[in-house]
Amino acid sequence: MAPAEAASAAMIETRGLRKVFTSRKGPVEAVAGVDLRVEEHEVFGFLGPNGAGKTTTLRMLATLLPPGGGEATVAGADLRRQPALVRTRIGYVSQAGGADSEISGRSELEFQGRLYGMGRAEAARRAAETLEVLELTECADRVVRTYSGGQKRRLDIGLGLMHRPRLLFLDEPTTGLDPQSRARMWDEVRRLRDAGTTVFLTTHYLEEADALCDRLAIIDHGRIVALGTPDELKRRVAGDVVTLGLAGAGEQALALLGAQDFVREAGREGDVLRLYVDRAETAMPAILRLLDGAGLALETMAMSRPSLDDVFLHQTGRSLREAAS
Amino acid sequence: MKLLRDSWLVYQRYLGILLRNPAWVIIGVTQPVLYLLLFAPLLKSIARMPGFPPGGAYNVFVPGLLIQLGLFGAAGVGFSLISELRFGVIERLRVTPVSRAALLIGRAMRDVMNLLIQSLILVLLALPFGLSIHVGGLLLVLALIALIGLMMASISYALAFALRSEDSFAPLIFTATLPILLLSGVLLPLSLAPGWLRDVARANPLSYAVNAGRAIFNDHLGDPSVLHGIGIMAVLAAIAVAVAARSFNRAAS
Ligand SMILES: Nc1ncnc2c1ncn2[C@@H]1O[C@H](COP(=O)(O)OP(=O)(O)OP(=O)(O)O)[C@@H](O)[C@H]1O
Ligand SMILES: [Mg+2]
Repeated sequence: MAPAEAASAAMIETRGLRKVFTSRKGPVEAVAGVDLRVEEHEVFGFLGPNGAGKTTTLRMLATLLPPGGGEATVAGADLRRQPALVRTRIGYVSQAGGADSEISGRSELEFQGRLYGMGRAEAARRAAETLEVLELTECADRVVRTYSGGQKRRLDIGLGLMHRPRLLFLDEPTTGLDPQSRARMWDEVRRLRDAGTTVFLTTHYLEEADALCDRLAIIDHGRIVALGTPDELKRRVAGDVVTLGLAGAGEQALALLGAQDFVREAGREGDVLRLYVDRAETAMPAILRLLDGAGLALETMAMSRPSLDDVFLHQTGRSLREAAS
Repeated sequence: MKLLRDSWLVYQRYLGILLRNPAWVIIGVTQPVLYLLLFAPLLKSIARMPGFPPGGAYNVFVPGLLIQLGLFGAAGVGFSLISELRFGVIERLRVTPVSRAALLIGRAMRDVMNLLIQSLILVLLALPFGLSIHVGGLLLVLALIALIGLMMASISYALAFALRSEDSFAPLIFTATLPILLLSGVLLPLSLAPGWLRDVARANPLSYAVNAGRAIFNDHLGDPSVLHGIGIMAVLAAIAVAVAARSFNRAAS
């Protein structure tokens, strides 16, 4: 290892990474100062709603977009001063895919290998190997246009893996896939991590971030609002969540229950109230009594452990499911 | 060295895509062939008019057709780039260590190769009608077409990067190309034109290419217009390549 790499064992380290786009409606601050560290051999996730700045961050780290500000080292190379070195060490699979539709998967993979300097024979061997691992051998010689959604996505990832990068960026690897293909993709990502590849992926899906990522950052409006393992993040939202459905009385109920000592935090979306309490078991009878006493009609009631959505809600005041703006 | 290797790789890939549907090579040449079959016969009588250049109708008309083919044949190549941009193909290639200039040069070379095949088809079809040309002249004309194709393909790719929408790309490029074509004396020689039109045409670089093409088909290979035409096209092609290569490099934003 070069001395520069020895100084920092992190696979990615950014300091104040920024990007402002100028659009017709004025400047858009897509990434507003991102500081993060991605360790070697982990699956790191970027969770955030549409327009949060996930793709823009990834494109900067993959040398596709010059950073508007800040510094970063990626796979041991300086992003601004050594972009060519970064490119040899990373793989990047964009949200849009990457494989051409009018060509066969095998020729795409072989071409990709040649672009990384492999000879003809080596590229062919590595392409066959990649097809095998991703279970694409059956459709390898058909044009990509005829692939299923899951096959196409696996090929996209194969293109990013041809040169065995240490670091793989996956921008929304499972968006648009059916549950079965999604589960396959998760297995694929875990297998990569176990084989020593660091994976940096983005997702909209809470379950995906929860199940797949060793650590994750929640990003909103270009800023990281929370960072840690899924469990750490959920623990930060103390206690349990009680969700109440009220018939047309959401506002009054919020005023009433929000003032109680046992309620740490309360949020309302229409007539649905979310209360963060220390212990749901003791809070629920109290809530029932209070609502009854005030004559407010309760329609539904549920308790749950906090989810990543609660973490998002806690940090931003909006639900991730509804933040798609 | 790397630029050469990478350009060759990129050329092979895009040639492979083209040859998957070889029908497109033929479809691309149908329009000039129709001109040859259905329009050129009208010129037989006009060719006797005063002011019509010497050499016979076909030797005057076919060089114009070839240049039209070079221009329009390459004008549309940016179309496929737009969908590649949308499907992330270009981003994927730009993340590899490939020379980004090679991404342009390789695919423009494929476009030029396509044009050269089409030009040969056109010339062969014109021979039975009385076109006459020597091998040396033919090679020189092909060089001229290659430069025009290289220039136009590069402009087309640069425009595709700038617009990123098929809906605005097609009307814009074809509307912009047509007056340049008409003002170059492609269909009929400008020697027939009124004075003002001839003056406007003189400011049109493409008219020098057309003059060069006609001189070559007239067997005047040493005529200064040949050198002018090829020289002007070479300079413009170099500028267009530089501009388009820059778009491949900074495809960002
Ligand atoms: N090339 C661009 N020009 C102008 N604005 C842009 C450009 N690319 C992105 N933006 C804007 O920057 C913001 C962040 O976009 P980005 O694509 O990074 O979001 P994202 O988190 O990846 O969203 P999604 O989940 O929808 O993919 C958005 O407001 C977007 O409109
Ligand atoms: Mg995105």
